Amino acid sequence: MDISTENKPAPPTPQPSQTEQKRAARGATRPGDRVFLALSRGSGIFLLVVMAAIAVFLTLRAVNAISKDEANFFTTFEWNPTGDPPVFGIAVLAFGTVVSSIIALAIAVPISIGIALFITHYAPRKLGGPIAYVIDLLAAVPSIVYGLWGALVLVPNLDGLYGWLDQYLGWTGIFEWNGGAPRSLFTVGILLAIMILPIITNVSREIFRQVPQMHEEAALALGATRWEVIRMSVLPYGRSGIISASMLGLGRALGETMAVAMVLSPIMDINASLLDPGGGTFAQNIASKFNEATENGRDALIASGLVLFVITLLVNGTARLIIERRKEFSGANA
Amino acid sequence: MAKRIDVSGLNAYYGSFLAVEDISMTIQPRSVTAFIGPSGCGKSTFLRTLNRMHEVTPGGRVEGKVLLDDENLYGAGIDPVAVRREVGMVFQRPNPFPTMSVYDNVAAGLRLNGSYKKSELDDVVEKSLKGANLWNEVKDRLNKPGSGLSGGQQQRLCIARAIAVEPNVLLMDEPCSALDPISTLAIEDLIGELKERFTIVIVTHNMQQAARVSDRTAFFNLAAVGQPGKLIEIDDTERIFSNPSVQATEDYISGRFG
Amino acid sequence: MSNATLSAKRPSSLKGATLPKWFSWAVAAGSIALGLGISTAAGLGSNIQWALIAALLFVLGSYGISARVEGRRQAKDRVATSLIWVAFLLAVIPLASLIYATVKRGVKVLDGYFLSHSMGVIADTEPGGGIYHAILGTLEQVGIATVISVPIGVLTAIYLVEYGRGKLAKAITFFVDVMTGIPSIVAGLFILSLWIIILGMGYSGFAGSMALSILMLPVVVRSTEEMLKLVPNELREASLALGVPKWRTILKVVLPTSIGGITTGVMLAIARITGETAPLLLVVWVTNFINANPFKDPQASLPVYIYLQFANSGGQGPAYDRAWAAALVLIAFIMILNLVARGIARWKAPKTGR
Repeated sequence: MDISTENKPAPPTPQPSQTEQKRAARGATRPGDRVFLALSRGSGIFLLVVMAAIAVFLTLRAVNAISKDEANFFTTFEWNPTGDPPVFGIAVLAFGTVVSSIIALAIAVPISIGIALFITHYAPRKLGGPIAYVIDLLAAVPSIVYGLWGALVLVPNLDGLYGWLDQYLGWTGIFEWNGGAPRSLFTVGILLAIMILPIITNVSREIFRQVPQMHEEAALALGATRWEVIRMSVLPYGRSGIISASMLGLGRALGETMAVAMVLSPIMDINASLLDPGGGTFAQNIASKFNEATENGRDALIASGLVLFVITLLVNGTARLIIERRKEFSGANA
Repeated sequence: MAKRIDVSGLNAYYGSFLAVEDISMTIQPRSVTAFIGPSGCGKSTFLRTLNRMHEVTPGGRVEGKVLLDDENLYGAGIDPVAVRREVGMVFQRPNPFPTMSVYDNVAAGLRLNGSYKKSELDDVVEKSLKGANLWNEVKDRLNKPGSGLSGGQQQRLCIARAIAVEPNVLLMDEPCSALDPISTLAIEDLIGELKERFTIVIVTHNMQQAARVSDRTAFFNLAAVGQPGKLIEIDDTERIFSNPSVQATEDYISGRFG
Repeated sequence: MSNATLSAKRPSSLKGATLPKWFSWAVAAGSIALGLGISTAAGLGSNIQWALIAALLFVLGSYGISARVEGRRQAKDRVATSLIWVAFLLAVIPLASLIYATVKRGVKVLDGYFLSHSMGVIADTEPGGGIYHAILGTLEQVGIATVISVPIGVLTAIYLVEYGRGKLAKAITFFVDVMTGIPSIVAGLFILSLWIIILGMGYSGFAGSMALSILMLPVVVRSTEEMLKLVPNELREASLALGVPKWRTILKVVLPTSIGGITTGVMLAIARITGETAPLLLVVWVTNFINANPFKDPQASLPVYIYLQFANSGGQGPAYDRAWAAALVLIAFIMILNLVARGIARWKAPKTGR
């Protein structure tokens, strides 16, 4: 404990015994320390238990539902768990979830990278902070309000764009429009894009900010324009960061519920055209079908929720692993 | 290719802080000019005004004239990007592009400026790497990442990258301060060869280095911390180190301060 | 030799032909005018269309002119710059529109009566009614969720920063990260299957609180962890060197030092879960009446109230107005929470930081 005694050349001073010292170093012998360590470790373990419990109990109900399913759970288009016999499958939901999320990513990723670059490299210095703050506000708006805005402001304003897409890109089949209300997967994609924009922007902004000054100066000194500096130094450095940011955004988009439920008019069928009604998403289906579901219906919804859980787990886990690997990489080079 | 630099009445600011005050000097072509002086005296800042890199730092601002063979770098209508192509720069810490191979690093500057045939690029890359005394060490691993080389090799790679675009002037900001003595020696030898083709300006903390490599030496000093840095004198290196005309220079060189 | 080829390709002068500073603005103004003109001529009604046309014209126009005058590289740089500006504007438009719509439509029915009364038996088509029952429910549910998650979350963070070394800590860190990404509806389904289906408990505000705390926990852990890491090690060592036991060091030195940041993190977490709707819909269910007991029977909450009014309104009428008004209240609450949290963060920020 006392520093001065440690420096003496091994005198027979009354020191605490070896074992006592060791225990003190571990800091777990005093009752207070032991209790505190147990409490904090217990909390951490509790968290793991919750994660495990989510998986276990969802699986329990899901197995119950799927065992009664008369059709193939993964390939069936219908959702009729209360029928006789019960027939339901997630094919349409999986299609809708994936397609709407991909549209969202396709729109949000370039824009987010643009905003992140704007904040870090283009905006006047005094503007950067406030803009970042505005983006944070965008993240704070709850999804139910996005849903409300999407359904009552965005949807009525999309007719023109839909007509346009139909007129000029209708021949692709993907952008054919039969003139119905624009409550399709495409609209959902736009709304989701707005919702995941902040998270992608914030993560990429952090990465762009970390680009070492010397890499940018290397490009500048060669006579690169601002855009060339970004292409030569900033984007290569931030590539893995952008990927993981997009994955985090994807995770959000996959699981978004209320906003999708309020905007989409779901149809349990797959439609080649993104502008016409067709498809649903896992989360939206759960929210919309829940209030009329009986016991078996609830179990079936839980089964679809389990699939969603597994998908988001994989996406988020991958994103985190990429970030983790990148940390090691940049640490070694710093 | 080498051009002469004439600086007159140059002030450099960071925001409202005057970092370098009223500098005038002439830098001869095909020679090595060394800047020495205590930390914070503004020699690096001044160096960065010579290729308009100073204004890249937030708040950086320059007044005065820098003539490159009679063309003012700070004149109206001058494109800073074009200036930086004419006046190359090597930094304190080696900074090859980490995601690019050795080859791509050297070719990076050329690729910016339009399309070259593969054979043309090959020629320039080989010539530049030879010019930087690096060819023999890397010719078998041109496609390996540039960040995999040793520190000294990386710095010579950066020199190769800078000379590949055939600039008129080569600025070096303490190019050896992050290197071991053997790598330092290699770079110093290289500087001696490069001055046949380029105008070279080097900032160094190491006075022996200045004495070894440079033809002319400029001594910078500042009155006190927070005061702007000034040019005290510039003269032939031999004279500066044997019989400087200003007392402060002699004090600094003989190690009485700084 | 290659020297000759090089000098042939390089510009002879340092002077690049540069376009004046107002160039971009002029092209922008021209494009907007032209875009509007084309849209009117072709009878295209939508705002989105003329904006798209204008944006397209702007990018093509500035590239074309700049490429001719300044060269291809400068032109690319210009296009990149304008695209990046466009990206920024694209993000601002929805936010502005969202806030404008909410405020404009929300203030219609927002008054003292609206805040202090419940819906009761008022039909969707009738005016009147309010959100008192929903505010009460939200405060109780979020309050209980906070009481559950803050101690567990802070203790977990303490374990990770102060004790955690081995595999357990690594596993916890990883799963906390993964937990951040759990869709809120999945948290709801979990409580539904465990609490309501398997244990046979009824709908209640408490069930909602449990679902919310699953969403809140990882956020609290993460932000607390970051804050604890900022506490300098010298401080801990100074206290330990005085012979203070570790747990008292943590309680008396580490936590007080970082309490500002932890508070900010907790408030941001609260702000995040206050707007959650989906899990509440599954495990709290809905009611139009005041239920002050969070442990028994369905309870209302602001987000679910918004959803109900929206779903029953068909896009117009009193229910529609009530949905917007409640949304305004919810947004205002969350924004104030955010602002206060950031205020605390700035006020309590370590003085040494940037």
